[in-house]
Amino acid sequence: MDIQALQLKAAQMRLATWQMIYRAKTGHTGSDLSCADIVTALYNDVMQQTPATFTNPNRDRYVQSKGHAVEILYNVLADAGYFPQADLLTYSQFNSPYIGHPTNHINGIEMNTGSLGHGLGLSVGMALAAKLDQRDYRVFTLMGDGEQAEGSVWEAAMAAGNYHLDNLTAIIDHNRLQISGPTESVMNSEPLAEKYAAFGFDVQEIDGNDMNQIVTVLTAENNTNKPRLILADTIKGKGISFAENQASWHHRVPTADEYQQGIDELQTVIGGLSK
Amino acid sequence: MTDTKKIGDVLCTELIEAANHDRNILAVTSDSRGSAALNPFVDAHPDQLVEIGIAEQNSVTVASGLAHSGKRPFVFAPAAFLTMRSIEQVKVDVAYSNSNVKLIGISGGNSYSVLGATHHSLQDLAITRAIPNLEIYMPADEHQAQGLMRYLATSPNPAYVRIGKVALPTLYPNVTQAFTKPGKANILSNYGQDVAIVAMGETLAIANEAAIQLNQLGIHAQVIDLVSLKPLDQATLNQVADQTHLIVTLEEHSLYGGLGSAVAEALAPRGDTKVHIIGFPDEPVIAGTQAEVFNYYGMDATSVTEKIKHWLR
Ligand SMILES: Cc1ncc(C[n+]2csc(CCOP(=O)(O)OP(=O)(O)O)c2C)c(N)n1
Repeated sequence: MDIQALQLKAAQMRLATWQMIYRAKTGHTGSDLSCADIVTALYNDVMQQTPATFTNPNRDRYVQSKGHAVEILYNVLADAGYFPQADLLTYSQFNSPYIGHPTNHINGIEMNTGSLGHGLGLSVGMALAAKLDQRDYRVFTLMGDGEQAEGSVWEAAMAAGNYHLDNLTAIIDHNRLQISGPTESVMNSEPLAEKYAAFGFDVQEIDGNDMNQIVTVLTAENNTNKPRLILADTIKGKGISFAENQASWHHRVPTADEYQQGIDELQTVIGGLSK
Repeated sequence: MTDTKKIGDVLCTELIEAANHDRNILAVTSDSRGSAALNPFVDAHPDQLVEIGIAEQNSVTVASGLAHSGKRPFVFAPAAFLTMRSIEQVKVDVAYSNSNVKLIGISGGNSYSVLGATHHSLQDLAITRAIPNLEIYMPADEHQAQGLMRYLATSPNPAYVRIGKVALPTLYPNVTQAFTKPGKANILSNYGQDVAIVAMGETLAIANEAAIQLNQLGIHAQVIDLVSLKPLDQATLNQVADQTHLIVTLEEHSLYGGLGSAVAEALAPRGDTKVHIIGFPDEPVIAGTQAEVFNYYGMDATSVTEKIKHWLR
């Protein structure tokens, strides 16, 4: 897909997510908007995986470690045809499989996440299995920067470096915010680039809301014999002016006025990209 | 209308009060201060907050080190993470090493509803109950939460407290009637001796409501509030079993290993008492609001009433 088409899709995914959260009155708004570009790129350009090949053992795999940003994932999966769009009307309703964190009851979702600090280790296991079976699929995982405080992340990072898992790409949604405020003041995890490099990763830093940079780095070959860590600088709440860089929007639901203003802003972007 | 109060708010107010008198009182958080309703504490005592970041295991271990060196830490985290992610730290650093750490599990049971099983704590009682040297509480209303916190602020014992998210109705007239001491159960209401319903925490109000419904049907129940799951009030349970041969337990927990199991274990040697356990079945929990889920599993007052009618038949 060309870059402008991907940008348009990401904007549409933001809109669908904004609508879904407003409808259900629950969701991780800021967290979803932050990684909308990355998740859109993965499913529409980067990964060798389609709804038809989802059970193929050679498919690329994606584990969303920051499981709370599930609304954007649901919308990207529905758009890509993993399940009917209309299913998402049941999001967070009684007896719906579309709950507030990813579960593998849903077509397209590999593993159940939501407890932070599991995704990288799960991905190490999947990437190691590829090595053991001599398969050439790739494994992607997306973590938060606040999530980096979990010790399990670093246990997994050590294993990834130890096994030279060059088929593993870990992405950090580096929006510098978590629930209680700036990550730097809640529990400083910096310097992340140097830490991952020291754990044996090939570290690449990008603007994680720039589709061109996302696609370039995620499709680049990895000849380093190391797992890759992408430190993706993002803006939490990206695309909704009043939610951007606001910790309070982590899981806020818009009021009626905010909702309309958000719709207007997103539709302006979509209009510009549709030309 | 009965008063309702969020237990998290009560714990925060009491902790501020305790911290006013004792500089060693600390709140230890893992990016959980907002969910734990601790912002007023942070404003009142910013230097008595220890933020650990999203690292629940470390929060328990660091708290144990703080306790070892004279501090009185209260660790606040979602009950699911505190008792699952950090369980070895709870077992080894807190209970086994006898560290004066109070573990406050917030949004316990099914409180997080549609956020799913990662966020539910429906096994926490089973696992914490099997660890020696750990008291276990689930305050049932505002007054009990106050009494409990006043006790915890000066007690040297390791303890786990599980609270929920929603506001709870006030069931007791005052603090003294709500909480006397660990291992002392309360008889919340007593309509007679056809059946005894044993509950704690969030399910106590439901048990009470069921007792009222039963009374209207001519079935006379007493409602027992255990107050502490550990230590368990064996004497009161014996007294209840002397009076009635049907005991029903109600808990926001798996059917396995929780409050019902504790009561059944305590009474089984007598051989004269029937215990029916109401709780979450051994299956993935259905998605829904807490009320919808309680209803689905027959844990609301009307369903409990129906079950008891059936068991008495
Ligand atoms: C083990 C665990 N602890 C706590 C939480 C609660 N929680 C959900 S999201 C979140 C903050 C995540 O911040 P960050 O990793 O920076 O992700 P962002 O949403 O900012 O992208 C927390 C603490 C959780 N889901 N899992």
